[in-house]
Amino acid sequence: MATVVSDADQAVSGIQDGSTVLIGGFGPAGQPIELIEALIRGGVTDLTVVSNNAGNGRVGLAALLANGQVRKIICSFPRQADSYVFDELYRAGKVELELVPQGNLAERMRAAGAGIGAFYSPTGLGTPLAEGKERRTIDGRDYVLEYPIKGDVALIKAFRADTSGNLVYRKTARNFGPVIATAAETTVVQVSEIVEPGRLDPEVVITPGIFVDRIVKIAGVSTLAAIGAAG
Amino acid sequence: MITQPAFDTTRPLARDDLARLAAADIPPGSYVNLGIGLPTRVGDFLKPDSGVILHTENGMLGMGPQAYDDDIDPDLINAGKVPVTETPGAAYFHAADSFAMMRGGHLDVCVLGAFQVSFAGDLANWHTGAADAIPAVGGAMDLAIGAKNVFVLMTLFDKDGSPKLVPKCSYPLTAVACVSRAYTDYGVFLITDHGVAVRDTYGIDRDDLAERLGITFQKA
Repeated sequence: MATVVSDADQAVSGIQDGSTVLIGGFGPAGQPIELIEALIRGGVTDLTVVSNNAGNGRVGLAALLANGQVRKIICSFPRQADSYVFDELYRAGKVELELVPQGNLAERMRAAGAGIGAFYSPTGLGTPLAEGKERRTIDGRDYVLEYPIKGDVALIKAFRADTSGNLVYRKTARNFGPVIATAAETTVVQVSEIVEPGRLDPEVVITPGIFVDRIVKIAGVSTLAAIGAAG
Repeated sequence: MITQPAFDTTRPLARDDLARLAAADIPPGSYVNLGIGLPTRVGDFLKPDSGVILHTENGMLGMGPQAYDDDIDPDLINAGKVPVTETPGAAYFHAADSFAMMRGGHLDVCVLGAFQVSFAGDLANWHTGAADAIPAVGGAMDLAIGAKNVFVLMTLFDKDGSPKLVPKCSYPLTAVACVSRAYTDYGVFLITDHGVAVRDTYGIDRDDLAERLGITFQKA
């Protein structure tokens, strides 16, 4: 059952050292920056972070990395024009990287959320990213065995929630949010607006409230506007 | 039948010409994904009445041109994280659906850049393999195995003059036997199970090109 909490610090409370944290966003779009900032204030360490990128500029995920709270990052595209925080930590051997093709990353989290034990994917076959993985030929085509990625906590950003936890997103900021929401023990969502049940058209709900545990409204313009969409 | 734009065949093609040529070869009504960099330029050369629908892997079909000034919306970006616009009939979806479109064979064409393409159509475009390089793969591997046709845009030779269309890729692979066409400054190559054919050459004749690449071309 989803609970509306009053601030971001309360939303991320109880997260343990060593947790696997799934974080939404594609670059800055859909990145739950204020929830990550609360994670930084909380000081939890030794995290494994699963996210498509490895942070932009010095805010959000990049700030969490800079603060030394992340032991390992699982992502598809760490290297960007403004990923200098990650680049430096990686070159210094201070953060571990597991590189996963973006579609396998999404599907591994989808599988975790959907109760799938593992699946065969054609992506990565014959490349270094499939080395050591089990292969299987099915109906004349070769595949690689991929396992689910399950989180202890998911941090995502949606546009609007009702108090039952039903979510709608905004444009390409949706990206990994609906997948990540299904794949963790506890799913925490920041939204721009919370409405009463009945105010969201049930036909357009993207994430049903069953996947959501905590909702927090973050008022005003998100800090992602401050980083802009570049990089 | 698609008519080809006319180009001067006595000299190598310019970068934009590669994008223009590839755009002319995309059948009307196709669902198409354009990679980051030069491939994105292909969108600028699609005819407005082509009915081509652009897919971006961060979760959109019906992507429009780059957004400027007041049209910039931080929630509406392409795979290169550049602000874009939406066209009428656009749709948004999450990452698992977006990659289902690729892996599931629903995209007609993807256009990618490349470090190397092998004679068998193997693609290397995500990692130089250099010890100090930070690897990043994004959606390249999913696109390369998933789209029905994989077009590559690249210069045919490295800065040191070595070919990028090679018997075997020396860089780490993105996918095996996936490239169907390579648009390069010196020629357009068609790659099938039977080998490599050259469709057009620019600034070099067919025999000299075959010699520089160390290849015997199939009949186009």
